Amino acid sequence: MTRKQKAMLRRIAAAAVLLVVLQLLPQGLFRGLDGLLFDGAGRLVRLALYLVDYLVIGHDILRKAWKGICNRQVFDENFLMAVATVGALALGAAQDGDYLEAIAVMLFYQIGEWFQSYAVGKSRRNISQLMDIRPDYANVERDGQLVQADPEEVAVGTVIVVRPGEKVPLDGVVVSGASTLNTAALTGESLPREVSAGEEVISGCINLSGLLHVRTTREFGQSTVSKILDLVENATSRKSKSEDFIAKFARVYTPLVCYSALALAIVPPLVGLFLPGGASWQVWLYRALTFLVASCPCALVISIPLTFFAGIGGASKAGVLVKGSNYLETLSQVRTVVFDKTGTLTQGVFEVSGIHHSPLEDAQLLEYAALAESGSSHPISKSIVRAYGRQPDRSRVGDVQEVSGEGVIAVVDGRQVAAGNQRLMARLGVVPVPCSHVGTLIHMALDGEYAGHILIADVQKPEAGQAMEDLRRAGVQETVMLTGDTQQVAQQVAEALGIDQVYSQLLPGDKVKRVEELLERPAPSGKVAFVGDGINDAPVLARADVGIAMGAMGSDAAIEAADVVLMDDDPRKVATAIRASRKCLGIVRQNIALAIGVKVLCLVLVALGWADMWLAIFADVGVMVLAVLNAIRALRVE
Amino acid sequence: MKKTYKIEVDCANCANKMEQAAAGTPGVKSATVNFMMLKMVVEFEEGCDPRGVMEEVLRRCKRVEDECEIYL
Repeated sequence: MTRKQKAMLRRIAAAAVLLVVLQLLPQGLFRGLDGLLFDGAGRLVRLALYLVDYLVIGHDILRKAWKGICNRQVFDENFLMAVATVGALALGAAQDGDYLEAIAVMLFYQIGEWFQSYAVGKSRRNISQLMDIRPDYANVERDGQLVQADPEEVAVGTVIVVRPGEKVPLDGVVVSGASTLNTAALTGESLPREVSAGEEVISGCINLSGLLHVRTTREFGQSTVSKILDLVENATSRKSKSEDFIAKFARVYTPLVCYSALALAIVPPLVGLFLPGGASWQVWLYRALTFLVASCPCALVISIPLTFFAGIGGASKAGVLVKGSNYLETLSQVRTVVFDKTGTLTQGVFEVSGIHHSPLEDAQLLEYAALAESGSSHPISKSIVRAYGRQPDRSRVGDVQEVSGEGVIAVVDGRQVAAGNQRLMARLGVVPVPCSHVGTLIHMALDGEYAGHILIADVQKPEAGQAMEDLRRAGVQETVMLTGDTQQVAQQVAEALGIDQVYSQLLPGDKVKRVEELLERPAPSGKVAFVGDGINDAPVLARADVGIAMGAMGSDAAIEAADVVLMDDDPRKVATAIRASRKCLGIVRQNIALAIGVKVLCLVLVALGWADMWLAIFADVGVMVLAVLNAIRALRVE
Repeated sequence: MKKTYKIEVDCANCANKMEQAAAGTPGVKSATVNFMMLKMVVEFEEGCDPRGVMEEVLRRCKRVEDECEIYL
């Protein structure tokens, strides 16, 4: 509880006690005052006492309503409450009767507001705790002594010390030491990760066992932990359609009910003047005031943003960062999920699994391939260099020409070496020999003569099959796989995983086109999500209805282009994200229906005279409490 | 230029009022108030002094909602 909340609680308690005392005072007491002082004195004293109680509980509402009028933003809930309760007090004063109702309405309204502020504060704290990954300090060695420094002041390249139990404050590479890291706050993955010298560590992990010396590779502002915090904290600034709807709705709704209440107070009695036994002004004034109390839109205004907030918080706990409420909304409407194969469904770690049809020694061919590909950062090139096993001598390579989507042509030791796919062979007029094995083929040509091929296989992620199953269970109707790989490889992977549609042999630009085709299909097919690993597919991520980047911590382009970032590379998280969004949007719809439904029902009952102010305030506060409690459910993501 | 400020405000509606007040201040290109994180993101017009603009933003916000605070 904050200081303000405590003060408010005291005010509520004081006003409630005073109200009970005033209600318990015998009626004769005030009448007795008349005889002692002057005629009507008792009535005035009684009014004054109730007024004091009213001001204790409601002075701030009156002031805010007045401020609203001064600033020409008249219609808000303060105004509704002020008019309703002041009107009810005036009615009471006219009859020297019942002040209880007016004060009770204000009291319950304030209790409702207090609860709301408490619930919001609580979930705010809850979420900041989930995201409690901001490191407070970094241990830096200065003059032989370990000093705690502000992470923002540690320069790139500094060696920092991370002791067991501490958070890794900055991204870096382990220089010495070995340990296990808890990455749960970053990835939602509960299994600790082992690290040793030479490996990268990302900030926000908790060091569990050993002492680590880490050379930092990024400044604090650029480090993983800062980026995640930034992403999550700014997420609720992007408003969803539901939130916009509520904001617009409230803007129209409040003036509308105020004018309706005015009409309710004036029209029926006016009509009654011309009818025998016409309606009384007081009855209809009371109904109009009750109408105002019943109409307060607080439940809607608070519970919708709170639901999105809780939904985004819950998702980030599970390792799914959603960049805004609007993306959460779109995610819930996804019916088609498009996967980029490499790095999402497969591990993207290629291994040379065979060399066939080569007139040369295998090692010789591999050497040529490794030299030709030595300048490329493509995962396939890297796997060839890895299989070669030595550092390629770049001085033997000249005139490197990379053909996008096809391969490399280079001059090695004076011979022209071409390494690439069938298209590259066709370009050179070489007829390649097909392979009976499944995998990616790197065909080789030496001086325009076919020289065999290198077979490279990618490994499927063990969770990929389960991920497809989860997606179907989460309500996704269609799964699509895009790949630059050959049709044979693509088909085999698709069949193993149960993917509905496959497009193979795509150049990077083709992937955008395929996704656009899926996007342009007629409306009932729902939204299209694209899942990629952020390497080479940033344009596709940006183009899809929802771009989901996987295991992308560290790839700035992917984080920038994607709408949803999965913090680890487990494809099952896609289904988790969709489930979380469906749950959140379900709660949003429940809350809208609950709040508007009860409101409309109440307003009708009040207008007909079948409900009094008590019912109105209970309906208002009750619905709000229910809606807020329902909203908090979105925090839990399975 | 965009800057983020920590704010203090009690209710969602008051936060909306602050947002409107801030957005209408000269020198402010756009303003978003994030009630849940209690943050205000202000984008300034080219060549403005953020400090001076923010003081005016705070004054305007105080006028519509006197219990609010912006930590400059």
